[in-house]
Amino acid sequence: MTQLDPDQFAPLVRHDNEPVFDELWQAEALGLAFSLAERGVFSPAEWSRTLGSEHRGLLGGGAADTTRTYYEAVVKAVERLLREKGPLTVDVVERRVSNWRQAYMNTPHGQPVRLEAAYYDESEK
Amino acid sequence: MSDDEHKSAGEVHHELHSHLPPEPGLRVKAMESLLIEKGMLDPDTVDAWVETYSEKIGPKCGARIVAKAWCDDAFKARLLENGTEAVKELDDAGWAVAHLKVIENTPDIHNMVVCTLCSCYPHAILGPPPNWYKMAAYRSRAVRDPRGVLDEFGMSLAEDIELLVWDSTSELRYLVLPERPEGTQGWDEERLASIVTRNSMIGTQRVLSPDEGAA
Repeated sequence: MTQLDPDQFAPLVRHDNEPVFDELWQAEALGLAFSLAERGVFSPAEWSRTLGSEHRGLLGGGAADTTRTYYEAVVKAVERLLREKGPLTVDVVERRVSNWRQAYMNTPHGQPVRLEAAYYDESEK
Repeated sequence: MSDDEHKSAGEVHHELHSHLPPEPGLRVKAMESLLIEKGMLDPDTVDAWVETYSEKIGPKCGARIVAKAWCDDAFKARLLENGTEAVKELDDAGWAVAHLKVIENTPDIHNMVVCTLCSCYPHAILGPPPNWYKMAAYRSRAVRDPRGVLDEFGMSLAEDIELLVWDSTSELRYLVLPERPEGTQGWDEERLASIVTRNSMIGTQRVLSPDEGAA
C-alpha cells in the first residue's frame, strides 16, 4: 500500500469518462507488458509487484498522481523485468532509444519512421 | 524536403520533430524492436493488442454478461459459482489471464473493487481500467474511506447497506453484478446490456437507470 496522504489527491470523478489511452505510446506500453506476460517472459504476479513498486517509487519521488505517471511506471516496470530476466541490458536499451530518437529526427513528418533512418549500428544485435 | 524550401528553418524544424514520441514512448519502441529481433516477440503482437483493447474489448463485453445473468437464472448461478468458466459461454471475452470472481449486489450489500497493489482488473471482459482506477488516490482511499469515494462518484450509500471492498490481485479479479433496475421487465438481453455501465461493474455506481444508455 502507498504511504501517501490521500487528502492531497485531486477529485477522482474528474478523471471519469477520460479516454482509455491519451497517447498511442501508453497503449503500446501496456500492450508490450501484456504480450510478454502472455508469453511467459514474466508472471502476472511478477508484473503486478513490479508495476506497483515502480508506481510507488515515482509517486514517492514527487511525481504527480496522473495517468502519465502511471504509464511511465508501466514502462519502467517492463524495463526492470527485462533486465532482471536477462534479455536486455541497460546499455543496449539506451543505445536503441537513442537510435529511435535519431530515426524520428531524420524522418520527415508524415512518413513512416524506420529504425534504419538512424544510422543503425549492427553491432548491438 | 523541396516542398519545405519556402518555410522558415524554425517551421521545418518543428514539423520534423512534431511527431517525436516522448521519452517513455521511445523506450517502448526500443524494447519492442529489440525483443522482435531476439525472437521473443512477434512483430504484430503489440499492434494487435492495441487494436483489440482500443476497439473491441470494453465494458460492453461485461454488460452482456450482466444482462445474461439477469435473464437466465441458471447462467447466473454458474457465474456466481465459477466466473472464470461461465464467461467462456460468451464468445467475445478477451485474453483470460486470471481467475474471475463475480460478486452480486443485493438490497443489503454493495460491492466495490480496487487493486491496492497496482491496477489488476478484469481486462479480458471490461477492457483497460478507467484512469481513476489506476491512480493512487483511488487505490488508497477505496480502502481507507470507501464511502467517501462513493460520495465523490455521486452515490451516497445508505448506512444500513453493508459495503464490501474487494482487493484484486494478479491471480483473482472481480466483477460486480449490479442489481437489475425496476422498469425493465420484458426487456431482452441486448436492451438490458445497453444500460449497464462500466462503473456499475466496478462498484462506483449502484443504481442503474432504465432511461440511460451505457457509458
